Amino acid sequence: MKIITGNNLRSGAVVWWTGYDWSLHVEDSIDVGEHAEAVIQREEGAQRVNGAHAVEATRDEDGVRPAHIKDRIRALGPTVRPDLTLKPADPAVGNWVI
Amino acid sequence: MYRYDQYDQAMVDARVAEFRDQVSRRLAGRMTDDQFKPLRLKNGLYLQLHAYMLRVAIPYGTLNSRQMRKLAQIARTYDRGYGHFTTRQNIQYNWIRLEDAPDILGDLAKVEMHDIQTSGESIRNISADQFAGAAADEIMDPRPWCELIRQMTSFMPEFSYLPRKFKIAVIASKADRAALRWHDFALRIVRNDAGETGFEVFAGGGMGRTPFIAFRIREFLPTNEIFAYLQAVLRVWNRHARRDNIHKQRMKILVHELGEKEFARQVEAEHAGFLARGANFPQAEYDRIAEFFAPPPFEQGLNDDIDLADPEFAAWAERQVVAHKAPGYAIANISLKPVGGIPGDISAEQMDVVADLAERYSFDELRATHSQNLVLPHVRKADLPAIWRALRDCGLADANLDLATDLIACPGLDYCSLANARSIPVAQKIAARFADAERQARIGELKIKISGCINACGHHHAGNIGILGVDRKGIENYQLLLGGSGDAETSQARIAGPGFDEDGIVDAVEKATELYLRQREDGERFIDTYRRIGMEPFKEAIYG
Ligand code: SF4
Repeated sequence: MKIITGNNLRSGAVVWWTGYDWSLHVEDSIDVGEHAEAVIQREEGAQRVNGAHAVEATRDEDGVRPAHIKDRIRALGPTVRPDLTLKPADPAVGNWVI
Repeated sequence: MYRYDQYDQAMVDARVAEFRDQVSRRLAGRMTDDQFKPLRLKNGLYLQLHAYMLRVAIPYGTLNSRQMRKLAQIARTYDRGYGHFTTRQNIQYNWIRLEDAPDILGDLAKVEMHDIQTSGESIRNISADQFAGAAADEIMDPRPWCELIRQMTSFMPEFSYLPRKFKIAVIASKADRAALRWHDFALRIVRNDAGETGFEVFAGGGMGRTPFIAFRIREFLPTNEIFAYLQAVLRVWNRHARRDNIHKQRMKILVHELGEKEFARQVEAEHAGFLARGANFPQAEYDRIAEFFAPPPFEQGLNDDIDLADPEFAAWAERQVVAHKAPGYAIANISLKPVGGIPGDISAEQMDVVADLAERYSFDELRATHSQNLVLPHVRKADLPAIWRALRDCGLADANLDLATDLIACPGLDYCSLANARSIPVAQKIAARFADAERQARIGELKIKISGCINACGHHHAGNIGILGVDRKGIENYQLLLGGSGDAETSQARIAGPGFDEDGIVDAVEKATELYLRQREDGERFIDTYRRIGMEPFKEAIYG
């Protein structure tokens, strides 16, 4: 699947396109398929997000998983500071990144 | 240390106001990202993987306690309670909100700090020997020269739109603690046979994608010709630089393509032109600045002994304490490399402790090092036990200066948007492998440096053991390099062979150190053995 991500203009936080808004959680991403360019262009005009771009991902029973490690680290937070990730209480969260 | 006059303060305050206006226009949608990006980069504000990252300049690595406390307050108020000291003696915050950035700059300006020229195609923060003004082996304090060059080059139009970034370092001793020849332009203060002070000048160094070691362009440059010479160098670079090709814009590429001889010829011709036109040296300004760097009022008649009765303290003191020029005083190095920690990271609470120590014991002075550690430059030997206890109580008393666990690591893929692979977990695994104090001591000086991409912020080209993270079809992979050095005998590390995964690279580092232990001769450091026996035996031990 193709999902869209960028960084929130104000906070810089990593965000994911949900179909009508941006979410901090990658699992809220929708497959934009052919429409990636149109969404990116429209959202660039709205100026809420910096650097919107499409990335490859897969969806399985654990949710949406970006194909590239860089996007998985973006989705979660720094692997060396689990306390600062989006899932600080999940001991297995590192496995998801690798 | 240097204190702002009304001109410095007015310039920095104006810059804060200007950036506040730029940010408000961006947030109101009156500026596009393309328009705003170069403006925020001019203020050291990057957009990284998880948030904005702010890089704050620490000119030539010198800080006072008030500034350190402000850095702690910024970490607590605007970030997530910590900061990261970089390989350019700066500090970075990883979790900055754009809307807070102008307030942070305003807070910094209150303690005479800023983030100007910490990014972009400009003369970056000028680095210096972290022991400047304290080292027993220096000719003079190099920092007045750093400050003078900083003032001369800040906002100067000719130097504001350079082809690419430009890095300068200044030292004043034979021992090189600033990786001098890895800079675009580097000065070593020397004395000639007539006893006159001048600069030995190097040009054309740099790491990154295409590493080059700077060549000596001038054996002796009279100090009062420094501006004419620097301007001549920049002018020759500006004239020929390949602004059309980002990979060829650094001055080192021009030096390589023109050849050292021809580059030097053109610089000397330009320099002669400046002198003929009567380029004046601002002696009064130099004298004004130099006064700020007068030695602090060292006490006389102090006892020169250190009480090493406590073995834990003794282990720390033997590793972390360095000779000072004043009798009874010492330089105390503070490790930011605890095993299991993140190289260069420091919490706001630790910053406050270090600030207190500087205020109480070190004439209010601190230094940041390019090895991502801190220094208390002027402490009485008698105070070392108290300093050690305070450091121990806040987790900063590791005794590993220049040992295997004192690794340099860039932020890598955990934070950096340009990264190919993570650096910090590799650093942590290597540190865990070599954590045993006895083992580290047996290995002795070993400089391991890790970068998460070819930009080489982790100085892997200068590592006795260098590690470069690469992306192999979405999988992290690590190249091993051997034989690099940033010291007086500067050398560039060479790739040993095929790359490894994260665990494989740790094993490879261990194999290299074991071979060294088997092969070393009396008194040899890792780098000495490598230089003597060459790459082949290491290759065999690692890949055979
Ligand atoms: S070396 Fe690469 S990964 Fe590391 S901080 Fe520099 S740009 Fe980022």
